[in-house]
Amino acid sequence: MQKLIKLDNETRIPSIVEDSAWSLVESDSDLASLGDKILVPVEQFLAAPETYLNAGKQLGLALDNTTEPETIQTVLPNVDLITIPFPLFTDGRGYSLARMLRQDCQYNKEIRAVGDVLHDQLFFMARCGFDAFALREDVDIDHALTAFKSFSVTYQPAMDEPKPLFAR
Amino acid sequence: MYRYSENDQQIVNERVTQFREQTQRYLDGKLSESEFLPLRLQNGLYVQRHAPMLRVAIPYGTLSADQLRMLGQIAKKYDKNYGHFTTRQNIQYNWPALERVPDILADLATVQMHAIQTSGNCIRNVTSDPFAGVIADEVEDARPYCELIRQWSTFHPEFAFLPRKFKIAVNGATDSDRAAVQVHDIGLYLVKNAAGEIGFQVIVGGGLGRTPIVGATINEFLEKKHLLTYLEAILRVYNRYGRRDNKYKARIKILVKALTPEVFAEKVAVEWEKIKDGELTVPTKTYEQICEHFVLPTYDQVDTQAASQSVETKKAEYPGFAVWLKTNTFAHKQPGYTIVSLSLKPTGVAPGDVTGEQMATIADFGDQYSHGEIRVTHHQNLVLAHVKQTDLFELWEKLKASELATPTVGHLTDMICCPGGDFCALANAKSIPIAEDIQRKFENLDYLHDLGPIELNISGCMNACGHHHIGTIGILGVDKKGKEFYQISIGGSSGRDAAIGKILGPSFEEKEVSGVITKLVDVFVDQRIEGETFLSTYQRIGIQPYKEAVYAKAD
Repeated sequence: MQKLIKLDNETRIPSIVEDSAWSLVESDSDLASLGDKILVPVEQFLAAPETYLNAGKQLGLALDNTTEPETIQTVLPNVDLITIPFPLFTDGRGYSLARMLRQDCQYNKEIRAVGDVLHDQLFFMARCGFDAFALREDVDIDHALTAFKSFSVTYQPAMDEPKPLFAR
Repeated sequence: MYRYSENDQQIVNERVTQFREQTQRYLDGKLSESEFLPLRLQNGLYVQRHAPMLRVAIPYGTLSADQLRMLGQIAKKYDKNYGHFTTRQNIQYNWPALERVPDILADLATVQMHAIQTSGNCIRNVTSDPFAGVIADEVEDARPYCELIRQWSTFHPEFAFLPRKFKIAVNGATDSDRAAVQVHDIGLYLVKNAAGEIGFQVIVGGGLGRTPIVGATINEFLEKKHLLTYLEAILRVYNRYGRRDNKYKARIKILVKALTPEVFAEKVAVEWEKIKDGELTVPTKTYEQICEHFVLPTYDQVDTQAASQSVETKKAEYPGFAVWLKTNTFAHKQPGYTIVSLSLKPTGVAPGDVTGEQMATIADFGDQYSHGEIRVTHHQNLVLAHVKQTDLFELWEKLKASELATPTVGHLTDMICCPGGDFCALANAKSIPIAEDIQRKFENLDYLHDLGPIELNISGCMNACGHHHIGTIGILGVDKKGKEFYQISIGGSSGRDAAIGKILGPSFEEKEVSGVITKLVDVFVDQRIEGETFLSTYQRIGIQPYKEAVYAKAD
């Protein structure tokens, strides 16, 4: 089972946890045979949302980093997990998407960074609203816990701090 | 000028620790080359032809004397005793050792300096008018807004991995523009609307490089308090929709062009609507608090008549002083004071280069003559912004002794020039020897001054660090089957009338370049009408006469 870093909901303190098994739904998956937590690729979900909403399972959406938040906004209350991929760690679209889900859509369940998720980006990701991190396999996960403390002061308003420094 | 709060200092100190740890992981082989690359770039560290190059941020080009002194010490301690001031008002060191960069950053941090976001695909150091706050024709001082942008953009969590680099410039002058605002990713002009309120004209999608273009206005008047929310909306649209498949098409200018400025503006408006009036709205109180950092020094009461009398006397006695006053000093809004440009363009020195000793000396001049402040210009010179007129003669003599008084500011030999093929790994061709060649051709000062204002800009490659597109005359190094050639353009402008120069025609060999410049100047001298500048003559007669003169076959 893959290990994740998750931030505590209240304290935002990171810790290493085992991933609770979400089953990735493939186009030919038999939903009934899957566990009670299903992760559906967003395109597939949008093609037949009712199928997944009425499956009697916990629903997760695997977004693309180009997904428009408006396309899923109305179903977000039924979604318990969102994954946002980083195809390359230098592709920063996921940061904006996470912020929009948090700020504009008020989505407050788990947003997980997946893909090319590395040590030196975790601080920024956490500030943008990611609260779970599936690190790339070769990243030292214990050492990565320190990345969340890179800076004790920040200028911008973000998930960890509602006000900009100038207004504090 | 802005002094760090404890918080600013804390952030810079923590950055030093962070980068030290990142460098160590890289040296230990725990961080791959490709993963370290964007990290070191966001700390201004390039790997160059001979050694790494470190670019240090000088926010909106303002330095204290102590900071400049430290820059000089760093040049001596870690480099070959010089530094290079850039068109973006920063300084570059060409010879630091990678392992010692964390130590350089630690030294910089002791004087509130750093290399944060001086490179990489993030929001770069904001640039501005080197005369901000001290010239008479100003809507408002741009520096407080630059400082707000500096804070907002520093380690912005959402915009650290943009499609490409992102440059913002702010200008507060009424009719002039010394910051090349219109060729930035975002350019901001402070403007006054019909109701007398001050706000911003927002220009996006300007830029040089492979696709030179003057930006388009997407907002004629943005209220001051909305500055940061609006910038955030622009950046979000760019971060989401800017191209990432081709680095040459990744700048915001390509997106603005593809969507059209109108559609781009609509997308920004939609994003802005969601965050407008949010936490990033700048309250008047905040703005005023920041302004307190930029209160002008307490000037002495100067007997202006006596001061100008003494200047006149010295002018009559010392023609060199008179010439220098004409080219290297500018009107100050405070009676009895003058803005002084320190030329970094003596013939034979790479434009923008200063030695460690010179930096120490200039820092002393700053303390003695200009309230401890030194500014860096887009034209790669330095400025003492608060010089008492009664000090001008004494200062001139000292500047002359330090080779900082070359009386050519704003003229053809006051060139902008990138480090070029002598240093830069990207360059197609050398640029420094070209600059020197031209300087030698135009050594006669009377002739040079008679030609009036001409901006000559030289870049060693398409990346256009030497801003050749917006030079009145631009020179671009190109590679032709492994040989260095130079393409020449004319008619560019970096000012309010920003324009991209037009290419004359086929490129030239190195040894031909200064001769071609002479021919271009000859056309101007032949054709000009009383009062015209090189640029206005060109605008009147077009490119054809210049082409004919340059490419005419010998009889």
